[in-house]
Amino acid sequence: MDKLLNDFSPGLFVVQTILLLLLILLLVKFAWKPILNSLNERESGIADALKSAEKAKLEMQNLQADNQKLLQEARMERESMLKEARDIKVKMIEDAKGEAQDQANKIIEQAQAAIESEKKAAIAELKTQVANLSIEIAEKVTREALSSNDKQLKLVESLLGETKFN
Amino acid sequence: MIILTMKGVQQSFKFLALLVLVLFSGSIYANTSNENEGQVDTKKEVEDYILHHIQDSHDFSLFSYTNDEGERKHVGFPLPIVIWTSQGLVSFISSEFHHNDDGHVIVEKNGLKFAKIHGKIYELEANASSVNFDEEHHAVNAHKVLDFSITKSVVGVLLVGILMFFAFTSLAKQYKKKAIPTGFGRVLEPLVLYVRDEIARPNIGEKHYRKFTGYLLTVFFFIWVLNLLGLTPMGFNVTGQLAVTACLAIFTLIIYTVSGNKDYWTHILWMPGVPVLIRPVLAIIELAGALLIKPFSLLVRLFANISAGHIVVMSLIAIMFTLKESLGVAGATGLSLVLSFFITLIEVLVAFLQAYIFTMLSALFIGMAVAEHEHDHNTSGH
Repeated sequence: MDKLLNDFSPGLFVVQTILLLLLILLLVKFAWKPILNSLNERESGIADALKSAEKAKLEMQNLQADNQKLLQEARMERESMLKEARDIKVKMIEDAKGEAQDQANKIIEQAQAAIESEKKAAIAELKTQVANLSIEIAEKVTREALSSNDKQLKLVESLLGETKFN
Repeated sequence: MIILTMKGVQQSFKFLALLVLVLFSGSIYANTSNENEGQVDTKKEVEDYILHHIQDSHDFSLFSYTNDEGERKHVGFPLPIVIWTSQGLVSFISSEFHHNDDGHVIVEKNGLKFAKIHGKIYELEANASSVNFDEEHHAVNAHKVLDFSITKSVVGVLLVGILMFFAFTSLAKQYKKKAIPTGFGRVLEPLVLYVRDEIARPNIGEKHYRKFTGYLLTVFFFIWVLNLLGLTPMGFNVTGQLAVTACLAIFTLIIYTVSGNKDYWTHILWMPGVPVLIRPVLAIIELAGALLIKPFSLLVRLFANISAGHIVVMSLIAIMFTLKESLGVAGATGLSLVLSFFITLIEVLVAFLQAYIFTMLSALFIGMAVAEHEHDHNTSGH
């Protein structure tokens, strides 16, 4: 201990204090302050860059999701449009079919009605002609038959035989 | 990029070479002394030599040898001596002592007589012409003077200071031009980050660490580089000087004492949560801890570790002489080489470790002084 104290040099202590103080002040001013500031700046710069990259990534993801959604919507719209068109087509065909049926039915009806009336007219004409013819025949026959009495009797007899009384 | 890095390294080397050249230029001299001192052979001489090396020195001696005429030659350069005497400041060059270290060479300056005994400068009493010693080899007619000399340790401090200043200001300048430093700066940046993120930030806390990082960085690199410098053959032992480690410890003491907050002082002077009667006793213990034990542990740890390292390495080198007779020249040399090689490797680790521990503990003490306690003492207690 005595030797240690003897070795302690107060002069060296003073010189060392002055030099160390000087060194600390100089280094703090000219080295540590700019170095630490630059390091901090760089680190915060890196942190910011990372953060903004993360943000950009998120935005990108959002954008992609939006796109996906838009695409989905468009697809759905197309689908619905197609469906609608198909429906319309089916309906139109259906409608057309119905109308055509109606029309046809109507035409058929009309035709039937016309046929019916034509038939009636034809029958009526036929009837008149047949009546006229019958009258003519009857006239002729009567004339003939009535040319003799026998014949007139015979006729009456046959007619009477044919005709049923009811 | 690789070319750029190479250029940076080259520049750093150029700078280092220039520095060494400036330091050594013209100063190297071969000095002759008649005494046979400096020759180291016996165990006693080895012991003396090691103790001499551990001490600070007024010369920068590189090596010494005995020439063909039997003269002892010392190669190195002298350093200026600046002392505060009874007549004020006196300065001269250390070569005037002719490497004498036992008080036999008397230097006269300004009518005062000076002698150098075991690395200390003594001022002789006015009527004395030579130093008289008592039985315990203490000078009786001379007294020590306050010695502000540029000793070997001061040269080491200056050298490291200049190196650090240029290295780190050049790193600071690099950041103005680019985000990532190149060359030697690329080596320094992780070290700075290491001190900031592993020492300052976790021990002091996110809120206050920035204010103290400058001091911690300075101290860390100062101690580390000086420790490493101590392992070079130039033989610096700066961090093994009590004055230097005491100065460092006192800086830390002042910093944490000045920046201690109300909480810190309350815990020291009037410990909350313990019976009132015990509080004064605790205050004494806490004060002793904060003002004496903490800085004392800092200064002794660094001093003892570095001094012990130097003593061990030199002792192992000395095996070459001390075991020459029992192992033979080759055996003793080989053993000393192997052992001192491995111890030197360990010392490289210790150099970093001690710088780390000193800085870490400084940060820890500062952190304790500025820590903010969130709990309320009135309700919770300890």
